[in-house]
Amino acid sequence: MTAPPPDSRRARAGGRRRTGAGVPAPLLVPAVLGVAFLVLPLLGLLVRTPWSSVGEQLAAPGVGQALRLSLLCATLATLLSLFLGVPLAWVLARSSVRWRGVLRALVTVPLVLPPVVGGVALFLVLGRKGLIGSWLDEAFGITIPFTTTAVVIAETFVAMPFLVISVEGALRAADTRFEDVAATLGAGRWTTFRRVTLPLVAPGVGAGAVLCWARALGEFGATITFAGNYPGTTQTMPLAVYLALQNEPEAAIVLSLVLLAVSLATLLLLRDRWLGRSGTTL
Amino acid sequence: MRLRTLPLALVLLVTAACGGEADAPGAPAGAAEAATDPSGGAGLTGTLTVFAAASLTDVFEDLGERLEGENPGLAVQFNFAGSSALATQITQGAPADVFASANQSQMTVVTDAGLESADPEVFTENVLEIAVPPDNPGEVTGLADFAREELALAVCAPAVPCGAAAEDVFGIAGVTPLPDTLEEDVRAALTKVELGEVDAALVYASDVASAGDAVEGIGFPEAEEAVNEYPVCVLTEAPNPEAAEAFVELVLSDEGQQALEDAGFRAPSA
Repeated sequence: MTAPPPDSRRARAGGRRRTGAGVPAPLLVPAVLGVAFLVLPLLGLLVRTPWSSVGEQLAAPGVGQALRLSLLCATLATLLSLFLGVPLAWVLARSSVRWRGVLRALVTVPLVLPPVVGGVALFLVLGRKGLIGSWLDEAFGITIPFTTTAVVIAETFVAMPFLVISVEGALRAADTRFEDVAATLGAGRWTTFRRVTLPLVAPGVGAGAVLCWARALGEFGATITFAGNYPGTTQTMPLAVYLALQNEPEAAIVLSLVLLAVSLATLLLLRDRWLGRSGTTL
Repeated sequence: MRLRTLPLALVLLVTAACGGEADAPGAPAGAAEAATDPSGGAGLTGTLTVFAAASLTDVFEDLGERLEGENPGLAVQFNFAGSSALATQITQGAPADVFASANQSQMTVVTDAGLESADPEVFTENVLEIAVPPDNPGEVTGLADFAREELALAVCAPAVPCGAAAEDVFGIAGVTPLPDTLEEDVRAALTKVELGEVDAALVYASDVASAGDAVEGIGFPEAEEAVNEYPVCVLTEAPNPEAAEAFVELVLSDEGQQALEDAGFRAPSA
């Protein structure tokens, strides 16, 4: 888990390049097909991009606004997911809570639920007439739908399971003997979690956060249902792309590319800054 | 053959080849199947794919079931979405038999691409109505209420037909609306009224009718200035042209018109 010294890192990279030629055919062929499958649609977008009018499309009012809102909401959703999701993953991986299997299944519900249904479900709980929402409205005059807060909530609902599953996997794979040793040295469970467990699974948390952020950034269905679509407050890039597709397909392609470029740039930057040394996580 | 129709032709060729039919060159894929049936109109087979505006969902599903009932070998499939999304899909080569649009402009997208097999025909009309939750909590009475800041309001996005119509009526009424959300299609706007999450939404009369007791409709005079005409046509690349013709006939028949009227639409005025 500790970072290898620079020399051995370079040697390992060199070694990897040499063994690259030795990928067995049963792995190589599907792997190449897999890459083609994922990359060709992207190529399709690039081919259809109206490069001559890209500048004009980007300068269109609302594009910068939607991009800023997307980045802000996806980041807030990721932070909220970290705050709630890491403890939840710990409970799933380490505690002896009864019904843990059921709990784990419930966590994955947002993964299988069509996002639009997720949006309706959020209405039924947090909407003006919802279980909690009606109380919030009556007691405090707070209504959540059609606000930026609603965007963050919708994105968190859909994206948090990705984080929880990643972190739980990392916790299960981590060697629990370190925690046992910490306990024998007198550390309480909270101290052990903070000082031993969390640093141990940091790469898993990082990878989970990246997945979560990417999913939140692309979120469409739950957002447009629960938060609605209004430029400046709730219209994120995926919503802007969808609506542009209605009558200006070329603008939609440009907007998609912008979203793609920004997210790729962010992920690559993060990888180098924080996640690179963990090597295998991304 | 123009270059842009080439991919479509390829798709059709592949479909025909997979079906093992020895069609004459250029003959539509479904023609051979239909021709083998001597009983004429009844006995349609295969799959009929209808691309229809979202507002037609209930009434077209009903008409589709009637056609299936008369033709046990026929399966009717629908793709309901915003007309502009459907027009995009059709011009991108989606294998559709029939296109029913909620306005003329999206039909024009299809006819400009030369994809209609005969001139589109207006089969019904729809006007905008204000939909409110049953007890009308916002005490909405007309278009002017859409300028009230304290209400939660939904209007369709200008890019979709109901949004374009909404812009027209607001312009005529001289009202500057303050919506909380610009919905991606009319059904999404209606859902928010049904859930009680907005005090009012501008939707079509047919949507109000389809929601039953879940919403109340409020008519307004400016609606007459933005009547939506619904054109329908069979597409040139239709995989099942016989069934497509039969469906369009059913829609235009007295039976079809009655079903449309029951669903809140009205007969074309022209």
